[in-house]
Amino acid sequence: MGNRSFIFVLLALAVVGLLGFGMIANGSATIAVGEPTPDAEIERLGGEETASIADYRGQWVLVNFWASWCKPCELESPAIEEYSQAHNGDVVVLGVNTRDLTEDAEQFIADNGLTWEMLHDGDGSLSDSFGSVALPESFLVDPEGNLALIRRGPVDEAYLEQNVTPLIEANGGAGA
Amino acid sequence: MRRRPRTSTASLLTLLAALLLAVAPHAAAQVPGGSSDATLPDIEDEVMCPICGTLLGLSESPQANAERAFIQRRIVEGMSKQEIKDALVAEYGPEVLATPESSGFDLAAWIVPALGLLLGAMAVAIGARRWRREGRNSGGPGASAAPPPDPAAGDEARLEADLGRYNL
Repeated sequence: MGNRSFIFVLLALAVVGLLGFGMIANGSATIAVGEPTPDAEIERLGGEETASIADYRGQWVLVNFWASWCKPCELESPAIEEYSQAHNGDVVVLGVNTRDLTEDAEQFIADNGLTWEMLHDGDGSLSDSFGSVALPESFLVDPEGNLALIRRGPVDEAYLEQNVTPLIEANGGAGA
Repeated sequence: MRRRPRTSTASLLTLLAALLLAVAPHAAAQVPGGSSDATLPDIEDEVMCPICGTLLGLSESPQANAERAFIQRRIVEGMSKQEIKDALVAEYGPEVLATPESSGFDLAAWIVPALGLLLGAMAVAIGARRWRREGRNSGGPGASAAPPPDPAAGDEARLEADLGRYNL
Protein backbone atom coordinates (compact mmCIF):
# COMPACT_ATOMS: atom_id res chain seq x y z
CA MET A 1 0.00 0.00 0.00
CA GLY A 2 1.45 3.33 -1.04
CA ASN A 3 1.77 6.33 1.21
CA ARG A 4 -1.17 8.06 -0.45
CA SER A 5 -3.47 5.06 -0.06
CA PHE A 6 -2.46 4.74 3.58
CA ILE A 7 -3.29 8.40 4.25
CA PHE A 8 -6.60 8.03 2.41
CA VAL A 9 -7.58 4.98 4.51
CA LEU A 10 -6.53 6.82 7.67
CA LEU A 11 -8.70 9.82 6.74
CA ALA A 12 -11.66 7.59 5.91
CA LEU A 13 -11.30 5.83 9.28
CA ALA A 14 -11.16 9.20 11.06
CA VAL A 15 -14.39 10.34 9.35
CA VAL A 16 -16.18 7.08 10.19
CA GLY A 17 -14.92 7.32 13.78
CA LEU A 18 -16.18 10.88 14.12
CA LEU A 19 -19.59 9.97 12.71
CA GLY A 20 -19.81 7.00 15.06
CA PHE A 21 -18.86 9.13 18.04
CA GLY A 22 -21.50 11.70 17.06
CA MET A 23 -24.18 9.01 16.88
CA ILE A 24 -23.21 7.55 20.25
CA ALA A 25 -22.97 10.97 21.90
CA ASN A 26 -26.43 11.89 20.63
CA GLY A 27 -28.04 8.74 21.96
CA SER A 28 -29.82 8.84 25.32
CA ALA A 29 -28.33 7.24 28.39
CA THR A 30 -29.77 3.94 29.48
CA ILE A 31 -30.73 3.24 33.05
CA ALA A 32 -32.05 0.12 34.76
CA VAL A 33 -33.72 -0.88 38.00
CA GLY A 34 -31.14 -1.43 40.75
CA GLU A 35 -28.71 1.13 39.34
CA PRO A 36 -27.84 4.37 41.16
CA THR A 37 -29.94 7.32 40.00
CA PRO A 38 -28.34 10.31 38.33
CA ASP A 39 -28.14 13.06 40.91
CA ALA A 40 -27.16 16.20 39.04
CA GLU A 41 -27.82 19.45 40.88
CA ILE A 42 -30.50 21.52 39.12
CA GLU A 43 -32.57 24.61 39.93
CA ARG A 44 -35.74 24.52 41.93
CA LEU A 45 -38.66 25.68 39.79
CA GLY A 46 -39.05 29.45 40.03
CA GLY A 47 -36.23 29.82 42.52
CA GLU A 48 -32.54 30.55 42.65
CA GLU A 49 -31.74 27.54 44.85
CA THR A 50 -30.60 24.22 43.47
CA ALA A 51 -31.37 20.68 44.56
CA SER A 52 -30.71 17.12 43.49
CA ILE A 53 -32.29 13.74 44.02
CA ALA A 54 -29.33 12.93 46.28
CA ASP A 55 -30.69 15.49 48.77
CA TYR A 56 -33.51 13.02 49.53
CA ARG A 57 -31.31 10.05 50.51
CA GLY A 58 -32.95 8.05 53.26
CA GLN A 59 -36.41 8.56 51.77
CA TRP A 60 -38.40 6.95 49.01
CA VAL A 61 -38.68 9.42 46.13
CA LEU A 62 -41.11 9.28 43.23
CA VAL A 63 -39.48 11.37 40.50
CA ASN A 64 -41.96 12.52 37.87
CA PHE A 65 -40.75 14.21 34.66
CA TRP A 66 -43.35 16.51 33.13
CA ALA A 67 -43.90 19.67 31.08
CA SER A 68 -46.76 22.13 30.76
CA TRP A 69 -47.07 21.43 27.02
CA CYS A 70 -47.53 17.70 27.67
CA LYS A 71 -51.22 16.73 27.71
CA PRO A 72 -50.74 13.27 29.28
CA CYS A 73 -48.78 15.00 32.08
CA GLU A 74 -51.86 17.08 32.83
CA LEU A 75 -54.08 14.02 32.73
CA GLU A 76 -51.95 12.08 35.22
CA SER A 77 -51.31 15.01 37.59
CA PRO A 78 -54.47 14.58 39.77
CA ALA A 79 -53.50 10.96 40.47
CA ILE A 80 -49.99 11.96 41.54
CA GLU A 81 -51.31 14.83 43.64
CA GLU A 82 -53.72 12.50 45.40
CA TYR A 83 -50.99 9.89 45.90
CA SER A 84 -48.56 12.42 47.34
CA GLN A 85 -51.11 13.52 49.90
CA ALA A 86 -52.28 10.02 50.77
CA HIS A 87 -48.70 8.77 51.24
CA ASN A 88 -47.21 11.89 52.75
CA GLY A 89 -44.38 10.77 55.01
CA ASP A 90 -43.86 7.48 53.18
CA VAL A 91 -42.72 8.87 49.87
CA VAL A 92 -41.54 12.23 48.58
CA VAL A 93 -43.01 13.15 45.22
CA LEU A 94 -40.50 15.22 43.27
CA GLY A 95 -41.63 16.78 40.01
CA VAL A 96 -39.02 17.62 37.40
CA ASN A 97 -40.30 20.17 34.93
CA THR A 98 -38.44 19.45 31.72
CA ARG A 99 -37.70 21.58 28.63
CA ASP A 100 -40.33 24.08 29.65
CA LEU A 101 -40.72 27.77 30.43
CA THR A 102 -40.90 28.60 34.14
CA GLU A 103 -43.96 30.82 33.86
CA ASP A 104 -45.86 28.19 31.81
CA ALA A 105 -44.89 25.55 34.39
CA GLU A 106 -46.04 27.75 37.28
CA GLN A 107 -49.34 28.36 35.52
CA PHE A 108 -49.74 24.61 35.02
CA ILE A 109 -49.10 24.01 38.73
CA ALA A 110 -51.64 26.65 39.72
CA ASP A 111 -54.25 25.39 37.24
CA ASN A 112 -53.92 21.81 38.46
CA GLY A 113 -53.48 22.58 42.16
CA LEU A 114 -50.22 20.67 42.50
CA THR A 115 -48.46 20.82 45.86
CA TRP A 116 -45.45 18.54 45.47
CA GLU A 117 -41.85 19.76 45.20
CA MET A 118 -40.65 20.86 41.78
CA LEU A 119 -37.28 21.17 40.08
CA HIS A 120 -36.63 22.85 36.73
CA ASP A 121 -34.67 20.87 34.13
CA GLY A 122 -34.81 23.54 31.40
CA ASP A 123 -32.23 22.00 29.06
CA GLY A 124 -33.45 18.45 29.71
CA SER A 125 -30.03 17.26 30.92
CA LEU A 126 -31.40 15.40 33.96
CA SER A 127 -34.18 13.89 31.88
CA ASP A 128 -31.57 12.74 29.33
CA SER A 129 -29.45 11.15 32.04
CA PHE A 130 -32.51 9.09 33.02
CA GLY A 131 -32.72 7.92 29.40
CA SER A 132 -36.05 9.67 29.05
CA VAL A 133 -37.65 9.21 25.64
CA ALA A 134 -41.01 10.94 26.13
CA LEU A 135 -43.12 12.65 28.75
CA PRO A 136 -44.42 11.89 31.28
CA GLU A 137 -42.09 9.38 32.90
CA SER A 138 -41.82 8.36 36.55
CA PHE A 139 -38.99 6.73 38.50
CA LEU A 140 -39.13 5.37 42.04
CA VAL A 141 -35.88 5.86 43.92
CA ASP A 142 -35.20 3.84 47.07
CA PRO A 143 -33.68 5.35 50.26
CA GLU A 144 -30.19 4.25 49.15
CA GLY A 145 -30.54 6.21 45.92
CA ASN A 146 -31.05 3.24 43.60
CA LEU A 147 -33.78 2.92 41.03
CA ALA A 148 -36.62 0.70 42.21
CA LEU A 149 -39.15 1.23 39.41
CA ILE A 150 -39.28 2.79 35.95
CA ARG A 151 -42.54 3.88 34.36
CA ARG A 152 -42.31 5.28 30.84
CA GLY A 153 -45.72 6.85 30.25
CA PRO A 154 -48.52 8.27 32.40
CA VAL A 155 -49.58 6.78 35.72
CA ASP A 156 -52.98 6.60 37.40
CA GLU A 157 -54.19 5.80 40.92
CA ALA A 158 -54.36 2.08 40.21
CA TYR A 159 -50.82 1.93 38.82
CA LEU A 160 -49.38 3.82 41.78
CA GLU A 161 -51.18 1.70 44.37
CA GLN A 162 -50.37 -1.59 42.65
CA ASN A 163 -46.75 -0.88 41.76
CA VAL A 164 -45.32 1.85 43.96
CA THR A 165 -47.04 1.22 47.31
CA PRO A 166 -46.02 -2.47 47.60
CA LEU A 167 -42.35 -1.61 47.05
CA ILE A 168 -42.43 1.07 49.74
CA GLU A 169 -44.36 -1.07 52.21
CA ALA A 170 -42.21 -4.13 51.60
CA ASN A 171 -39.18 -2.10 52.54
CA GLY A 172 -40.68 -0.53 55.63
CA GLY A 173 -41.84 2.82 54.24
CA ALA A 174 -39.85 6.00 54.60
CA GLY A 175 -36.22 5.71 55.56
CA ALA A 176 -36.22 1.92 55.56
CA MET B 1 -45.60 98.36 22.82
CA ARG B 2 -47.95 95.74 24.25
CA ARG B 3 -47.05 93.24 21.51
CA ARG B 4 -43.61 92.58 22.91
CA PRO B 5 -44.72 90.38 25.85
CA ARG B 6 -46.94 88.31 23.47
CA THR B 7 -43.98 87.69 21.17
CA SER B 8 -41.78 86.66 24.03
CA THR B 9 -44.48 84.24 25.31
CA ALA B 10 -44.74 82.72 21.84
CA SER B 11 -40.98 82.39 21.65
CA LEU B 12 -40.91 80.79 25.08
CA LEU B 13 -43.61 78.32 24.06
CA THR B 14 -41.75 77.47 20.85
CA LEU B 15 -38.54 76.95 22.82
CA LEU B 16 -40.36 74.75 25.31
CA ALA B 17 -41.90 72.67 22.54
CA ALA B 18 -38.52 72.28 20.87
CA LEU B 19 -37.00 71.22 24.17
CA LEU B 20 -39.79 68.69 24.75
CA LEU B 21 -39.32 67.25 21.26
CA ALA B 22 -35.61 66.95 21.82
CA VAL B 23 -35.96 65.27 25.20
CA ALA B 24 -38.94 63.04 24.39
CA PRO B 25 -37.05 60.16 22.64
CA HIS B 26 -34.51 59.92 25.47
CA ALA B 27 -37.25 59.99 28.07
CA ALA B 28 -39.11 57.20 26.28
CA ALA B 29 -35.95 55.12 26.12
CA GLN B 30 -35.47 55.40 29.87
CA VAL B 31 -38.99 54.34 30.83
CA PRO B 32 -38.92 50.74 32.09
CA GLY B 33 -41.04 48.60 29.82
CA GLY B 34 -40.61 51.08 27.02
CA SER B 35 -40.21 50.22 23.36
CA SER B 36 -37.74 47.48 22.36
CA ASP B 37 -35.74 47.31 19.16
CA ALA B 38 -36.17 43.53 19.17
CA THR B 39 -38.67 41.84 16.87
CA LEU B 40 -40.01 38.31 16.89
CA PRO B 41 -38.89 37.47 13.32
CA ASP B 42 -35.40 38.75 14.13
CA ILE B 43 -35.08 36.50 17.19
CA GLU B 44 -36.96 33.52 15.73
CA ASP B 45 -34.21 32.71 13.27
CA GLU B 46 -31.46 32.85 15.90
CA VAL B 47 -32.95 30.54 18.52
CA MET B 48 -34.04 26.94 18.57
CA CYS B 49 -37.25 25.28 19.62
CA PRO B 50 -35.47 22.83 22.00
CA ILE B 51 -38.35 20.38 22.12
CA CYS B 52 -38.82 20.31 18.34
CA GLY B 53 -35.07 20.24 17.64
CA THR B 54 -35.48 22.81 14.85
CA LEU B 55 -35.05 26.52 14.40
CA LEU B 56 -37.92 28.29 16.16
CA GLY B 57 -38.90 30.07 12.95
CA LEU B 58 -39.44 26.71 11.25
CA SER B 59 -41.67 25.16 13.90
CA GLU B 60 -45.41 25.46 14.35
CA SER B 61 -45.78 23.14 17.34
CA PRO B 62 -47.59 24.27 20.53
CA GLN B 63 -44.20 24.26 22.31
CA ALA B 64 -42.79 26.61 19.70
CA ASN B 65 -45.82 28.86 20.05
CA ALA B 66 -45.29 28.96 23.82
CA GLU B 67 -41.70 30.03 23.22
CA ARG B 68 -42.90 32.70 20.75
CA ALA B 69 -45.35 34.00 23.36
CA PHE B 70 -42.48 34.15 25.88
CA ILE B 71 -40.40 36.23 23.43
CA GLN B 72 -43.36 38.46 22.58
CA ARG B 73 -43.99 39.18 26.27
CA ARG B 74 -40.34 40.17 26.73
CA ILE B 75 -40.53 42.48 23.71
CA VAL B 76 -43.60 44.18 25.20
CA GLU B 77 -41.67 44.55 28.47
CA GLY B 78 -39.04 46.46 26.51
CA MET B 79 -36.21 43.93 26.66
CA SER B 80 -33.47 44.11 24.06
CA LYS B 81 -32.73 41.23 21.71
CA GLN B 82 -29.71 40.16 23.76
CA GLU B 83 -31.68 40.31 27.03
CA ILE B 84 -34.38 38.11 25.50
CA LYS B 85 -31.80 35.61 24.28
CA ASP B 86 -30.24 35.59 27.77
CA ALA B 87 -33.68 34.94 29.27
CA LEU B 88 -34.17 32.01 26.88
CA VAL B 89 -30.76 30.60 27.85
CA ALA B 90 -31.75 30.89 31.53
CA GLU B 91 -34.86 28.82 30.76
CA TYR B 92 -33.59 26.23 28.30
CA GLY B 93 -29.80 26.35 28.61
CA PRO B 94 -27.29 27.41 25.94
CA GLU B 95 -28.62 24.82 23.48
CA VAL B 96 -31.51 27.18 22.73
CA LEU B 97 -29.14 29.40 20.77
CA ALA B 98 -28.98 28.52 17.08
CA THR B 99 -25.58 30.16 16.72
CA PRO B 100 -22.70 29.29 19.06
CA GLU B 101 -21.34 31.84 21.53
CA SER B 102 -18.19 33.72 20.59
CA SER B 103 -16.40 32.71 23.79
CA GLY B 104 -15.24 29.55 25.57
CA PHE B 105 -15.49 26.19 23.83
CA ASP B 106 -18.15 27.53 21.43
CA LEU B 107 -15.47 29.75 19.92
CA ALA B 108 -14.16 26.60 18.22
CA ALA B 109 -17.30 26.56 16.05
CA TRP B 110 -16.18 29.87 14.54
CA ILE B 111 -12.43 29.19 14.45
CA VAL B 112 -12.42 25.67 13.00
CA PRO B 113 -14.30 26.50 9.74
CA ALA B 114 -12.15 29.61 9.25
CA LEU B 115 -9.04 27.51 9.84
CA GLY B 116 -10.37 24.90 7.41
CA LEU B 117 -10.96 27.59 4.81
CA LEU B 118 -7.45 28.94 5.32
CA LEU B 119 -5.89 25.46 5.06
CA GLY B 120 -7.97 24.76 1.95
CA ALA B 121 -6.83 27.98 0.32
CA MET B 122 -3.22 27.16 1.20
CA ALA B 123 -3.60 23.65 -0.26
CA VAL B 124 -5.08 25.10 -3.48
CA ALA B 125 -2.26 27.65 -3.73
CA ILE B 126 0.44 25.03 -3.14
CA GLY B 127 -1.25 22.62 -5.58
CA ALA B 128 -1.52 25.31 -8.27
CA ARG B 129 2.12 26.26 -7.84
CA ARG B 130 3.25 22.66 -8.08
CA TRP B 131 1.01 22.07 -11.12
CA ARG B 132 2.48 25.09 -12.89
CA ARG B 133 6.02 24.00 -12.08
CA GLU B 134 5.41 20.45 -13.34
CA GLY B 135 3.67 21.77 -16.45
CA ARG B 136 6.60 24.05 -17.20
CA ASN B 137 9.04 21.15 -16.87
CA SER B 138 7.04 18.69 -19.00
CA GLY B 139 5.56 21.16 -21.48
CA GLY B 140 2.07 20.26 -20.34
CA PRO B 141 -0.95 22.52 -20.10
CA GLY B 142 0.61 24.49 -17.29
CA ALA B 143 3.65 25.38 -19.36
CA SER B 144 4.15 28.96 -20.38
CA ALA B 145 3.48 29.77 -24.05
CA ALA B 146 6.82 29.17 -25.80
CA PRO B 147 7.29 29.62 -29.59
CA PRO B 148 6.65 26.35 -31.48
CA PRO B 149 9.84 24.65 -32.64
CA ASP B 150 10.69 24.80 -36.33
CA PRO B 151 9.77 21.60 -38.11
CA ALA B 152 12.79 19.66 -39.12
CA ALA B 153 13.71 19.76 -42.78
CA GLY B 154 12.80 16.07 -43.21
CA ASP B 155 9.36 16.60 -41.72
CA GLU B 156 8.71 19.48 -44.08
CA ALA B 157 9.58 17.39 -47.12
CA ARG B 158 7.36 14.55 -45.92
CA LEU B 159 4.46 16.93 -45.41
CA GLU B 160 4.85 18.28 -48.93
CA ALA B 161 4.91 14.74 -50.34
CA ASP B 162 1.73 13.80 -48.43
CA LEU B 163 -0.09 16.91 -49.57
CA GLY B 164 0.91 16.20 -53.15
CA ARG B 165 -0.23 12.58 -52.87
CA TYR B 166 -3.73 13.56 -51.78
CA ASN B 167 -3.95 16.46 -54.28
CA LEU B 168 -4.75 18.90 -51.53
